[in-house]
Formats: sequence, C-alpha cells, structure tokens
Amino acid sequence: MASFISSVKSFRPVLLKLFSLKFGNVHHTRTISALVQLSETHEMLRKTCRDFAQNELKPIAAQIDRDHQYPKEQVRKMGELGLLAIDVPEEDGGTGLDYLAYAIAMEEISRGCASAGVIMSVMNSLYLGPIKKHANPAQKEQFLRPFVGGERVGCFALSEPGNGSDAGAASTMAKDNPDHWLLNGSKAWITNGYEAEGVVLFATTDKALKHKGISAFLVPKPMAGLSVGKKEDKLGIRASSTTTLTFEDCKLPKENILGERGMGFKIAMETLDAGRIGIASQALGIAQASLDCAVDYAGTRQAFGAPIAKLQAIQMTLANMAVALESARLLTWRAASLKDAGKKFTKEAAMAKLAASKAATLLFCSLHLLCHSLIELALIRPSLNV
Amino acid sequence: MGVLGPKMAFRVLVGCKRVIDYAVKVRVKPDKTGVVTDGVKHSLNPFDEIAIEEAVRLKEKKIATEIVAVSCGPPKCQEVLRTALAMGADRGIHIEVPDEEYASLQPIHVSKILAKLAAQEEASMIIVGKQAIDDDCNQTAQMTAAFLDWPQATFASKIEKTNGDLLVTREVDGGLETIKVKLPAVLSTDLRLNEPRYATLPNIMKAKKKKIDKKKPADLGVDITQHVEVLKVEEPPVRQAGVIIENAEQLVSKLREAGHIQ
Repeated sequence: MASFISSVKSFRPVLLKLFSLKFGNVHHTRTISALVQLSETHEMLRKTCRDFAQNELKPIAAQIDRDHQYPKEQVRKMGELGLLAIDVPEEDGGTGLDYLAYAIAMEEISRGCASAGVIMSVMNSLYLGPIKKHANPAQKEQFLRPFVGGERVGCFALSEPGNGSDAGAASTMAKDNPDHWLLNGSKAWITNGYEAEGVVLFATTDKALKHKGISAFLVPKPMAGLSVGKKEDKLGIRASSTTTLTFEDCKLPKENILGERGMGFKIAMETLDAGRIGIASQALGIAQASLDCAVDYAGTRQAFGAPIAKLQAIQMTLANMAVALESARLLTWRAASLKDAGKKFTKEAAMAKLAASKAATLLFCSLHLLCHSLIELALIRPSLNV
Repeated sequence: MGVLGPKMAFRVLVGCKRVIDYAVKVRVKPDKTGVVTDGVKHSLNPFDEIAIEEAVRLKEKKIATEIVAVSCGPPKCQEVLRTALAMGADRGIHIEVPDEEYASLQPIHVSKILAKLAAQEEASMIIVGKQAIDDDCNQTAQMTAAFLDWPQATFASKIEKTNGDLLVTREVDGGLETIKVKLPAVLSTDLRLNEPRYATLPNIMKAKKKKIDKKKPADLGVDITQHVEVLKVEEPPVRQAGVIIENAEQLVSKLREAGHIQ
C-alpha cells in the first residue's frame, strides 16, 4: 500500500523533469514549474483551506446536503478567512491573491463539502468577477465591498428556462425608460438564488442586435418586482440553493447598468471562462475526496486473506483514478496560470472543466465499483458529500 | 491598564520547531539511522502552534507588545516561521543550523540559544510547546529557564496576567495545579491551552512583508557540538495477537504458566 502511494507521488518529480527539459528557460512571471512546486504562500493557503474543510465542513457535509441547509455560519467563516474574494484587490477589501490560489483553495474546500465549494465559486468568479472588472466606484461600494467578508452572498443570473448554453438568446428584457430600467422575464438555475442579496443580471436591451443587444445589470435583493422561486430538489450539492428569479415590472435605477450597454454577452462569456476554472477545481476536490476514500477502503477491506489493495484489479482501478485526477489538476492549474499571466485562457479553462468533471465522475464510479456492494457504500457514505 | 508615559515593552519569544506532520505515517530508513524525511510533509509542531496562538491572544489583550518567532535549523525552517507570522507573530528569527549539524541538535543546544536570544532581545516571556512531536523530549522550556535563572510554568492549560505576575494553571498527573510566576518567565504549552486560529488569507499575504532575521549559533556564542550519538533507530515490535480468556481462573493459570506470578 505504502509503495503504491509513493509511486503515485513519484509522478511529480517525473513531470518536473519533463517540463524542464522541454521548456528550459522561461521568463514570464510564473513558469510551468509553479504547477509542480507551489510557492510558500500557496502552500500556506492550501493548509488553511484543508484544515478548515477537514474541521468545519466535512463533519456537516452529509447532513446539510440531505436537509437542503445553507451553511450560513461556515460561509461567514470562509469570508473571514478571505476565501470569498480571493482575487479582489486588497484596497477593495479582498485578499489580493491570484487565480492559482483560487483554484487551490476551491479544490481543498470542495474536498470537504462540494456545496460550500460552489457557493465560494459563484462568489469569486461569477459575482465578484464581473463587478471587480466593470463596476464604477459607486457600484463597488454597494455591490462589492459589503460582499467580501462572508456576511452576504451574490448570484449570477444568465440562464433562463429557455436558454442555458444559448446565452445569446436572452428573453429577459430591460426596457430603457426615461428614469429607470424596466425588467421583465425569468431566470432559472441560479445558484445562491435564495440567499443572494445582489444579482449580476443579463437582460436584452436591444432585441434587434441579438447577442450584441444584451446588457449587464446590478440588482439589489430584495427588490420590488423581483421574486424568488422554490429551491430546486437537486440530486446533489443541495446545501447550495438553486432557484428561479422572476422579474415583473421591476424598476431598476439607471445607474445600475454594469459596463456599457450591449456589452452584456461579452461580460458573461469572459466571466464564465474564469468560472470554469473554479468549477473544475470543485470537481477536483470531489475527485480527490473519492480517491482518499478509495485508497482508505482498499487498504482496510480484507478479502482472500489480505487487504484488497493487494489485488491487481484494484491497483489498476486506483492507478487510473489517480492519473485522471492528476491530469485534470494540471490542466486546471495551467488555465489558472495563463489567466494570471494575462494570457488568453478560454480554451484551456474549458479543457480543464471537461477533464475535471470527467475525472470526478470516473472517480466516483470507480469508488462505487471498488466497494462493489451497496452495504459498503452505505457505510462509507458519510465520508462522501453524497 | 491606562498608564501615562511610554508603554512598557513586553516582548514574547516563541520557539517554533519544524517537525514531520502529525498525520504522516513515519517510516524508518532502511539503514536504521533515522526516519525518512525526504519528500515527507512537515509542519509547525502542534504544541508550538498553540504557543504562537497564546502569544497572539496576549497581544490582542494588550498584554504583549511584540511577538518574535524563533526557529533553529536548515533553510526549510523558514516555512514554520512564515506560518507563525501568518498567525500573528510580528517578526521571525531563523537560527541557521546546516543539515548535518541539525541531525544532532538537542534541546540543550536550543535552550542555550533561546536563553541568549532572550537576553539580546530583552524578552519578558518565552513560550514554547511542551514537547516536539518527533522527539517527545519535553526539555527545552525547563532547560531554558535554568540557563536564564527564570521561573518556569510548564504544561500550561491557562495563562492569566495579574499585575507583574502570571497566574498559570498546569496540567499535572494529579489534576490541575495553579501557580503564580514572576515575570520574566518561561512557559510551555499543553494541548488544552487554546485552539489555534486558521491563518487567514489576508494574514498570509501580510506575513510576506514581515521580517525574518538570520543568525548563527556562533553569533550568540553557543556551541552546538554534537554530544549525543544515535546508534540505531528501529520500528517498535509488531504487536502480537492477544489470547481471549474465558474467565478469571484461566487468566490466573495462564499468568502462572508464563511465570509472571507464583
């Protein structure tokens, strides 16, 4: 068992050698070696997040998931630790770290509780991301500052009952009246919809311009004309609310438009690029938790006079799990590093999310296969966020 | 405590040791000269973490004015100093001891170093973990106090300040003992003294700007010549299976068989 673990760990020095041979001297702010040997700051951050997840999230994860219970106290503590506004500049009340730090933090938190992870991801990438980039000082005062400390959360309202992937077909309308925007329409699948006190909303201002006619708005919640639907009864990640938001003749002050008119689609797409890194990291956390569980089980469960980890079929399963996880992790960290270096990272972030989601699914299914018995699965269920 | 005039400096020196992480499964090296440390996760000794937390709380209560974290060893020790700084220490001192000499560094050397530093830094209090989780020596606090001729309060589970003294509750074999200790003093922490805080991300960032001074044992006039030689390190014997016994008679006869009783 121990030799298997050390062979998994030997991946890192092998990769380091490969990269240094291929890339030689690289002069940008962070080199590929950063993907294999984290800086002290990142290691310390990882420790804080891991300890927090282990002590505060893991013990309650199963129960809050079952009961649809929003972890208000834990979110507040995460805010105090600086986890909800990781790349927001210090002068705005954030932590002032980079996206690699965010990816690492997301993975460690999600390893303890995937719901806490998604709440954290929506805050960092989807809500604070566009506001940090496009809001004017007055808007930051109202919609950014009060949201960095964990007391309040925000949400991102792009998807509609009729369009998810086809974001350019937003049917929520924002009519340009003389002294206000008039909002009408429905948004669906909004994470944090129930608890959010701020909404980054995407609505059509000029239907004829198609996706170039979508604009972004900042909506405070509660707001007259804005109603929240029931929490969706999801299969998992249930401690985080997913609801519809319905706008009926909602009057929004003119100054609440975020960025330029017509820029909405562009803002949404660039926000989602960054969001993919966060969600990929959440998947990594889930995958890692599955791997931890599988390794532990394989080393403990006895069959044919020895722990099942001695059996080749189990070893191959674990090896495949580990490789899928590590590959996805490197893709995720690469996307984060590219973003931090100011380079285009759209494709890499999408690759990361795809790889990480597939890894999480593979790992969980492999874990199930490993246990091969519903009874066993029930016994280990509390240690998974399922 | 509103007194006019300059505030009295109350500097706290905290000893921080870099040890193998408590969760790691320690393995003995094949040549039996020690345990495997290469590539193994290390962290701040948990009892030292409690010491740092206590010092930070004293500062928050406006009793301590400055916290100085100290670590002896090779360059990697700076990791634990950064952790201490991220928890709230003001500055760090790294006493440089190269790898070969570090292998034979003993509590007696460390206590001499801490004693000299305390004098140099004009410390009002030294606080260290009761023992390190790698060697379990439980000697540094006691020896440091002896070298300085300062009072010592070890296995502290509660620390209060009353005027110029400290009221310390100690965990002893018989229960709890409360003693009054004059300052300056040396304290060592026990598990139940406090629960260390998480290093928040903003504090981790702030720690990067805090100073870590480097010194050598020779600078302090301390001789760290080896005087303990490790002959062999081996795993404890594998625990043998027990025998289930039906009743007291069987127990007595088995003990008699084994010659443990007449």
